[in-house]
This record gives sequence, structure tokens and C-alpha cells, in this order.
Amino acid sequence: MARAKNQNFSKGASLHARRVIAYIVLIFLTIICLFWFYLLFVNATRSNGELKRGFTLLPSKYFVRNFKMLLNNKELPMIRGLLNSAFISICCAGLCTYFSTMTAYAIHAYDFKAKKIMYTFILAVMMIPTQVTALGFIDLIRNMGLEDSFIPLIVPTIAAPVTFFYMKQYMDSTLPLAIIEAARIDGAGEFRTFNQVILPIMKPAIAVQAIFTFVSSWNNYFTPALVLHDLNKMTLPILLARLRSFEWSKLDMGMIYMMIAFSIFPVIVFYLCLSRFIVGGVAMGSVKG
Amino acid sequence: MSKSKNSKVVRYNRWGYIFLIPFLVVYVIFQLIPLVSTIYYSFYEYYRVGLMQVGPNWIGLENYKSIFQGSELLPYFKNTMIMWLIGFIPQILVSLLLGAWFSDNRLKLKCEGFFKVVIYLPNLIMASAFAMLFFTLFSDLGPINSLLLNSGILKERFSFFSNAAATRSIVGFMNFLMWFGNTTILLMAGMMGIDTSLMEAAEVDGANSRQKFFKITLPLLRPILIYVIITSLIGGIQMFDVPQILTSGSGSPIVKGVKTSETLIMFLNDNLFSKNYGKAGALSVFLFVITGILSLIVFKVSGNDKKAK
Repeated sequence: MARAKNQNFSKGASLHARRVIAYIVLIFLTIICLFWFYLLFVNATRSNGELKRGFTLLPSKYFVRNFKMLLNNKELPMIRGLLNSAFISICCAGLCTYFSTMTAYAIHAYDFKAKKIMYTFILAVMMIPTQVTALGFIDLIRNMGLEDSFIPLIVPTIAAPVTFFYMKQYMDSTLPLAIIEAARIDGAGEFRTFNQVILPIMKPAIAVQAIFTFVSSWNNYFTPALVLHDLNKMTLPILLARLRSFEWSKLDMGMIYMMIAFSIFPVIVFYLCLSRFIVGGVAMGSVKG
Repeated sequence: MSKSKNSKVVRYNRWGYIFLIPFLVVYVIFQLIPLVSTIYYSFYEYYRVGLMQVGPNWIGLENYKSIFQGSELLPYFKNTMIMWLIGFIPQILVSLLLGAWFSDNRLKLKCEGFFKVVIYLPNLIMASAFAMLFFTLFSDLGPINSLLLNSGILKERFSFFSNAAATRSIVGFMNFLMWFGNTTILLMAGMMGIDTSLMEAAEVDGANSRQKFFKITLPLLRPILIYVIITSLIGGIQMFDVPQILTSGSGSPIVKGVKTSETLIMFLNDNLFSKNYGKAGALSVFLFVITGILSLIVFKVSGNDKKAK
């Protein structure tokens, strides 16, 4: 009896100890994750002179001045870059989710001969990185006269196997074929059924995938760097990468930090507002749904 | 009667093809044709010297010979793998640990949602901006150097980006930061799926939490672990943004004539920019074959090949 009680007690103590260790590790990881962004924020508020003097964790008062320098920089048009990035990412998010839902619907709702082959094919090419076809891609873009155009950055997202796979999984779990039957009996055409019945049901999945597509397009550097050469067409990642080609000692450090902050903080704000969807959505689309 | 119904179904099912048209057209134009022409160019002598273009002339497997015999592919492959491992080993260990804690019913951690949001955050940050940030923070006159000097850890300024191990570690560390949250969430989803009665049975038999983890959780998690490892490896092979921007595309520091942080995709990117299409083609095909084999493994492991109805 006493022994059992003792064992129980030690079990409780070890659970308590494990909990303390877990919290310490989690807090440590939280600091490791956030430290860089805090430092970025602090440094974006400091002047060039202050930054050269050394390290501090306290914000200074040059935020507005640094921001004005960013606005006035003609060699790196960041506002233009922001608008370009936003335009491309919004178009990608819209087109990608709409057409991926349509593709998933084709496989989900209809029975046709090539269905199985198509499904297997799309899943098989899902993991192939875009970089391996980059050579043929730029060659094609050049032949089509689409260099320095946003089209080669936007249109290809219509065929997105990963988004397709997510939509298909979501349909398997939430879209009974009876709904489609009902729409048919009511006399709706197939295209109208898709737009007015299916899309509203798919809204949660579309929201999650729209966020992911937006962010990955916003962050994309490899392909835009190959396609866009005109300064006024460049997206944020390319403009930032150009910073490295300047004479570093002549640059105002406050402005550099401001430029980095300008590219990072919109995504952080966006993420904090939508984090529920995002974190939930990561696990949903992965293995076996 | 049955015939008319059948034809109606067929009439509906025609729409399956119609709805597939946008995907197929775009896929063929922007993925398949580029893939075919990439493979095509890999067999041709096709490059540019200054303003003069040489080729395309058919040379068979010469491009492949030159990349495999050249002194670049192997070191760059090694660089890529080293930097991937520096990030991936801590990533999988930390993710397993966090996944086990988050899915442990008895541990009952508070603020779980908050921690998940925080650890996933770096994954969404623009890799190029993040790399730019680390470049400024770790530069010779940057805040990390002055922090280490002030606290007495360093006697004099340390030039992180002139040291191969330091540069690789920074790249690996950034990859760890950007991906461990994602991996944790995936592994946790897998751990949540494990039947709790197994755990309870083990507890009745007197198993402690370590035994439960190694004897129950890990073996049952094997398919997801393999999935995570292989997809991360595919991602590792695509490593580009971070080392490209940290080293301004130079792959420096150069030790004994070899670039120590040049990755495979950086090498490909260099050849694309210098319009060295034959070599770029052969390199692309090589990468295509590797990632193709790896994706086939993922495809088998995740059981997708059987799932197609």
C-alpha cells in the first residue's frame, strides 16, 4: 500500500519535472524563433550611426526617417516591388485555388476512362521541383516573347498538383455526390453547379490554400529572378537580393534593416491574423489526410 | 431505359474531361514542354561566349560526361548534403520531442496554440529577406559580433562569412529554424492518430514515457517519418535562396579552389545566367532523376499508388 502510494508520488513528481523541462525547452525555442525579428524591428528604428556603434535591445526613434529613405531610394523601388509582389501573389492565389478545385472536382465527381491514369499522373508529378524544368521554361518564355512579363509567373499556377491533392482530400471527406445529384435534378448545368454549389462548400479549403499559394508566390525568388529584368517589374525578393551587389560600406544600415523589415513584417501581420487557418491547414493536407 | 440512363451518365461524365482541360493545357505548356526541351538541350553543344552563340550542335552524352568528370558537381552535391544535414538532424530530433510533448495527454501543456503559432512563423518568412537579415546581423560589423565582443565570448571580431564551417552552419541553422515548426506539426498529426488504448495498455504494464516513445510511438510513426525525411531531402536538394543571398551567389568562402557553400541549384542558376544551356540541361536531367527516384519512394510510402480509385 505504502509502496504503491510512493510510486504514485514519484510518478507525479516526474510528470511535474517533465512539464518544467518541456516549458523551458519551448520558451527557449520561442526566443530562438522570435529573437531575429525583434532585433530586425529594433534595428529598423535606429540610425546609421547608432547601428555602427553596436548592439542594443532598445528601439530608437529613427523609424520614420528610415522609412522615408526607403521611399526615396530610386535604385531599389521597394513600393513598386511591393505592388508587383502583391499583384502577382493575389492573381496566383485566385487562379490556383479556382482551377485546382475544378481539377479535383473533375476527378472526384465524374467517371471517365482516363480518370485513374490522370489521378495517378498528377500525384506522381507532385514532388518534381520546378527548378529542374527551369532551362526549358526560360527558353519557352523567350520564344513566346514573355520575358519581363508577369504572365509566366501567374498562369503556371493553374496546374498545381499539391493544391489539387489537398482539394481532392477535402472533397473525399466533405463532398457527398448526392449534393451534385440534387443540383442536377434542380436543372443546374454542370458548370453552374460547380460555380454556385461546389465552390461555396469548398470555401474553407480554398481559404487555406489561397493563403499558402499567396505566401509561396510572395516569397518566390528563383523563377522571378530568371524572368524579370526590368527594375520596375521586379518583385520584393529580387530587389532585396540586389542589395548584396551594392558597395556595402556606403549604404545606410538603418535603411537596409528597414527594407528587410518592409518585406518581412507584412507577412508576419498577415500570419498572426490568420494563424488559426494556417497551422490547422498544414497537417490536414499532408500524409493520408 | 437502362440505355438512356447510361447515355445520360456518359453525357455528364464528358464534363470530367472538360473540367480537366485548364490543368492539362497549362501543365503541358509550362511543365511538360519545358521538361522535354530541357532534356533535348542536354544532348547539344549550346553555350554563349560573350555575344557569340555556339550551337546547338548534337554532341550526345558529352555534356553528361563533362559534368560528371568536372570538378564541380561532386563538391556541390556534398555542400548541399552537408548543409541539409546540419539543419535536418536537429530539426527531426526537436520535432519528435515537441510532437511527443504536444500529443501527450498526461503532460497537458498550456499555451500549446501559442507555441505552435510561434514555431511555424519562420516557415512563412521570405527566405531571401531572412537570408539578407542574417547576412547583416552576422556581418563583420554587425550586431552579433558586437554582442559576442561585449559579453566577452570573443576577443576580436569574427568574420562568419569567411569561414566555411560558420557559413554552412548559418545556412543549416536557418533551414532548421524555417522547417522545424512544419515538421513538428506533421509528426504531431501522426502521433495524434496513434490509438490511445495502446498507450494505456503500456502504462498498465508499467512502461515509462521513454519506453512508450521508443517501443510504440516511433515504430508506428515510421511511414510518416519516412515521408518527412524524403520530402525534406527533396527540399534540401532544391536549397537555393538562403546560400545564394548570404554569399551573393558566389558560394564563398572558397577553400582550396572549391566553393564551400555552392549548392546544386546555385550551380544550375549560374549556368542558366551565363546561358550555358547544354551543361544546365545535363545538370537538370541529373536533378530530375534524383528527385524522381525520391518522389517514387514517397509515393509508395504514403500509399497514394493504391488510393487512386
